[in-house]
Formats: sequence, C-alpha cells, structure tokens
Amino acid sequence: MRTTRALLAAAAAAALMLAACTTDEPADTAAPDESAAAEDPGAEGEEEPEQETADGEFFVRADFERQLAQRDVEPEGDPATPWLQAIEPEYVDTAEFAQDGNTLCFSNASVSNPWRVTGWITMQQQVEVLQQQGLIGEFRVSDAADDDNQQISDIQAFIDAGDCNAIIISPSTTATLTPAVEAACASGVPVIVFDRGVNTDCMVTFIHPIGGYAYGADAAEFLVENLEPGSTVLALRILPGVDVLENRWAAAQEIFADSELEVLGDEFTGGDGAEIKNIVTQYLQRGEVDGIWMDAGDGAVAAIEAFEDTGNDYPVMAGEDELSFMRKWQETGMTAIAPVYSNFQWRTPILAATMIWAGEQVPSEWVLPQDPITEADRDDFLERNADMPALHYAKFGGEDLPGFPAAWQDR
Amino acid sequence: MTVTTSQPTRRQSAGDLLGRLFGGGSGTVFALLIVVFAWIFIVNPSFAEPPSLMAFLKQAAPLMILAIGQYFVIVSGEFDLSVGSLVGAQVVIAAALIDGEEGRTVPVILLMLGFGILVGLVNGLITTLLKVQSFITTLGMMLVLYGAIRLWTGGAPTGALSEAFRQPGRGGIDMAVVRQLPWALMILAGIVIVAVAVMRSSYGRTLMATGDNERAAAFAGVRVWRVRTLAFIASSVMATLAAILIGGYAGVTAQVGQGLEFTAITAVVLGGVVLGGGKGSVVAAMAGALTLEALFVLFNQLSLPSTIRPAVQGVIIIAAVAYAARERARPRHHQEVPSQQQPNEA
Repeated sequence: MRTTRALLAAAAAAALMLAACTTDEPADTAAPDESAAAEDPGAEGEEEPEQETADGEFFVRADFERQLAQRDVEPEGDPATPWLQAIEPEYVDTAEFAQDGNTLCFSNASVSNPWRVTGWITMQQQVEVLQQQGLIGEFRVSDAADDDNQQISDIQAFIDAGDCNAIIISPSTTATLTPAVEAACASGVPVIVFDRGVNTDCMVTFIHPIGGYAYGADAAEFLVENLEPGSTVLALRILPGVDVLENRWAAAQEIFADSELEVLGDEFTGGDGAEIKNIVTQYLQRGEVDGIWMDAGDGAVAAIEAFEDTGNDYPVMAGEDELSFMRKWQETGMTAIAPVYSNFQWRTPILAATMIWAGEQVPSEWVLPQDPITEADRDDFLERNADMPALHYAKFGGEDLPGFPAAWQDR
Repeated sequence: MTVTTSQPTRRQSAGDLLGRLFGGGSGTVFALLIVVFAWIFIVNPSFAEPPSLMAFLKQAAPLMILAIGQYFVIVSGEFDLSVGSLVGAQVVIAAALIDGEEGRTVPVILLMLGFGILVGLVNGLITTLLKVQSFITTLGMMLVLYGAIRLWTGGAPTGALSEAFRQPGRGGIDMAVVRQLPWALMILAGIVIVAVAVMRSSYGRTLMATGDNERAAAFAGVRVWRVRTLAFIASSVMATLAAILIGGYAGVTAQVGQGLEFTAITAVVLGGVVLGGGKGSVVAAMAGALTLEALFVLFNQLSLPSTIRPAVQGVIIIAAVAYAARERARPRHHQEVPSQQQPNEA
C-alpha cells in the first residue's frame, strides 16, 4: 500500500513536469512558423543603444527602418518568378565552388507547422524537376523535429559523410546553430542558409524574405489606415521570446504608438484555435473590439468566428496568406489584409545550389520580395489556389512545377 | 449563475448526492467556484449577462467532459495522460477524413468513437493485464498518438471539418435572453446524467472500491482488470466527445489538445478527487473543471498574461493534493505517513 502511494506521488510529480513540457510545446512548434527563433543579443547588441524604443530587447531601429524601406524597393529579376528575385543584392563570386558533383544535402529544422509543410512540398517538387534535368543527383534530407541538438548532429553527419556537394540549412534557432553552420563552412562545401538566420556570414548565401518588422508593419499600417481614430485593436500573438515574432510585434507597437488607435491588449494564444476564440470572446464581453492584429495567421478563422458567434460586427483584420483565412475573408467581405512571409523561399536554396555549382554569381544576402495580399489581388490568389486545402499558403509559388496541383493537395 | 444551471440535474437525479459531496471534502471546490464567479462579476458585470454565461459554458464544456473521463480513471487509482494527445489526434483525424464533405460527418464520428474505444482498451489492458503502471502506459500512448498523427499527416494537420461536424461545438438553439442555447451544454448535461447514474450503479461502487483498496476489492470478487479497463475506455470516449466539441468550437489547428491532459487532471484534483483513487465525486470533478475555466476567465479580465496559466495550474495541483492529503490524514491515522509524503514529492 505504501509503495503504491509513494509511486503515485512520484507519478503525480512526474505528470506535473511532463505536462509542463507539453504545455511548453507550442513554443517550439507553433511559432517558429516561418520565423527565426532565439534572440541574439551578441550580434544586434552593438546597434541597440542607437535609439531606445518600444521594446528594447527585440527592437533594433536600424533593422526596422531598413526593412520598411526594402518594401518599396523594386526587386531585381523577373516578377513572374519571385523566388529568383532579390532586393538590393550584392553578388558574390562562386567560381571556387564550381563542380560536377551534384549530391545535395538539406538539414531541415522541422516540418511542424502548415507553413513549413507547404514549403517543404514545394522544395521537393523543385528538386524533382532538377533531378530530371540531371542537375541534382541525390537529395539527402534530415529533419531535426525542432531539436537543436538533433540538427547539430545532422549537420555534422553531412560533414563527416564528406560527399555532400552543397549543404542547405534551415536553422532551428539562431545562436545555437551558429557553430554547426560554421563547421559546415569550414569543411569546404558551399553552405546555403535560408528562412531563419545564424550569427555568421561564412555561408555562400543567406536567403530570406524581407523580415518580421516588415510583416508586422504591413499588418499594423493597414489597421491604422482602415480604422477610425480612437478605435480599439486586440493583438493576438503566438508566444513570446521568438525573435521574428517579437520583431513583428515590435514593429506593430511602433506604428500603433504613432496612431490614435487604442491597443486593448496583446495576448499569447499558442496558435491554438480554441484559445484564440476564448480570448477574443472574452474581450468582446468586456467591450468593443474594432480591429485584430495577428503575428501569424494560425487560427485567424477562430478569431473571426468569435465575432460571428457573439453577434458582433466583423473587425478590420490582419491575418496571413493561409487559405482558410483568405477564404473566410472573401466569404464575409470583411476589411482585411493578408501579410505574407513568402513561402516560395523554399524553392530558392535549391536553385541557388545549382547556380553555385555552375559557378554563377549569387547574392550574399538574398532578400526575397514580401508583398502582402490585399483585397485587390485576393480573388486572383484564391482562384489560383482553388483546389488547395485550407492549411495551404497562397504565395507558395509552385504553380509552374509539374507536380502541381496534386502534390500539394495530397499531404 | 452557472452553479444553478447545472444544479437541477443534481437535485433531480441525485438529491442525496449533495450530502455526500459536501461531507466528503469536495465542497471546497463549490465555494471556490462561487468566489471566482463573484470576483469576475465584480471586475466585469457584463459577464453576468446570460449570453456571456452561455458562451462561457460552451467554451468550458469540453474540459468538463474531459474531467469526467479523467475522474473515472483517477478514482479507480490510475492516471490517463493520453487524453490531450487523443483529443488532438481525433480532431486531426476528423479533418483529414471528412475533408469538407458533409456526407462523411456521421461515419467519421462513428469511426472516431471506435478509435477512442480502441485507445482506451489498449490503455486499460496494458495497465491491468501487463501490469504496466498506468502513468507509463498512458505516457507512452500520449507519445505514440502525438508522433503517429504527425507521421500520418506529414507534420501538420490537413483537410477540413464539415459544417455539420462543427455544429455540436459551435451551434445551438437560438432563443431570446440567452441568445443561443449551445448544443455543447445539452450534450454535457446528458453526459453528466449518465456519469452520475454510472457512479451510483454497482459498477460505480465497484470502481470506487477498486481505487480505495485494490486487494480488498479483488478478495471481494471484483474483477479489477475489467473494472479499470472500462474506466480507461470511458476516459478515451470522453476525450473523443471533447474532441468533437473542441473541433466544432474552433476548427482544426496544429496545437489542438496540447496540454489538455494536465488541465483535466488539475480540474479533477481541484474538485477534491484524491490522486490514488477511492475518493471524490464526479460532479465535484466537473465543478473543478468549471472553476479552472472560470479562473482563466478571471485572469483574462484582470489583464494578466495568459502565459501565467501553466504556473497557476502547477500551484493548484500541488496545493490541492496537499490539502486533500491533510484532509485524508485526519480520519485515517494509519495512512498518515505516506499521505504526508505526497505534497513533498509532488
């Protein structure tokens, strides 16, 4: 009897710890969405003292202003293939990496959210095309499932194998993965980093869309323009402490501070639809909510439904280019915008690898365009993605690949 | 307000239960519930309006149902950590299989119930026949479900739920005063009636006896393995019903269900049900769930960050177990030593 009780007590203790782990889970899976993780005080610290603002830790004014300015820069390249466009590129010579070998290795952080799943399919389709053309031989992939340690050993395994002709890395977190990326560079193969960044410039090219500040600003500016002064805005965020999500919110705070909108609150939802619906419902019980700002579109529809179910008018809303939100937007005719964190960036690293092997120049920092979807082009994007599932992203940029549409439908 | 809406069931179907409730130390949770509600009404009087309360109950119903399921398992002396993952798995399965087709709603719901029963059966049989601690069994099941679903869907959920599937969790009967009488509330009421009836039946008494003293129950002729396996099945079926309501309430997202096992266990413990089994009432467990949800509403109304919740849940579970251990230690002196260890180790 006594042992049973002791065991049960131990079990309760363990349950506690364990459940604490599970509740933490969204921190790793949800938010990294598109975004980078892990702040990096080291690299950004020097710029910080320049100007103190809203939320010092996650706000670097120089980056904020650069990203906002980049939105208006006409990217170089053909607008029909945005994944090959680049904003203000500085090209580097890659002649030293020119070679006939064509084994491509890819260390993926995870496929733990719909945004990454969509991009991953696009990437595989792009690889298939190039394999048929004989430009890529073997495509080796490891998935770290959001585990930094796993990804470090994945990268080391590629280095040790010694037969990767290029290594593509989508880092799980910034600071922790930096040494692993440096080790890959030191092994002499060309390294390509995309999506989230690392604190080194040893890679041949770093591919990413404009960034979190631009995303947050697109959303916030839309609310400011479309709401009467004095209106109320509720901010829904996935979780704290992830730098690109924090950058989105920091940019929004900056813009709301200069407006006459009243921010009712910013709530962490873990990206869980039920949680979002609860929180929005409770705010509606407290008073009027005129606008919704979100740092990522996961669960945007649940927020809209909270207005429907409580009999309130639709808010002015910033969601994301996820189809469930865009379809709801079209259906209801509400005033909304879909900020985009360009999903088509998943094609770019593959193409960059073949360019590097051919000795062609690539931008050292390859900044891809990141244009929000507005009411003007919404219907066009919905039509193009008419047969796609709800958790697909409109700007996935794979319509011209031979696997379209079946590969993205059947997931 | 809420207390009175759920009380008629209790009064009609189980009048004498009330006495047992308050006599057994579970009364605390009702007192707490009243305090939390009073506080919410003071902070935000508009919450007391019937439509707001209905919206609250609609949102709280899934957790109450989960708490009822968890109650069956805990009172029999076991744990079920797999319910959160099961809720997530069921919603994802529903979205993938229905894929927006209205006609598939009913077959898929039946399939989900079948899957729920299967999971409960496996949990139960492994725990009882293979003598694996339920903590380990259901922990394993939690990870298996979590991983299998991601493997199956390629990482993130796909498909879409049908309108019909979403009705139980989202819809209701439109009417004056309350704006909408949610289906979820009626489903909950039905489940509560059944649960109370079950606990008053011979099975319920056997279950309680098994949790209190497994060997004594076995000597008295109880087939312990069968009783406990049924409790696990009940828990998984409740998780399935909760999944239908949660999926209906908010649709499908990748994070659905995460951490719910912990919330459900917290709710049950808050309801005064003793970890280790043998003590506590199902209505109190449900009240525990309602109190927990009300507490979260209160935090929101007080503008506390929602990240505070896990910490609060942790404190509640320790405090409630410690409190229950003290209560228990008094009348039963022979258990004093082990039961006082509980708070320390937890």
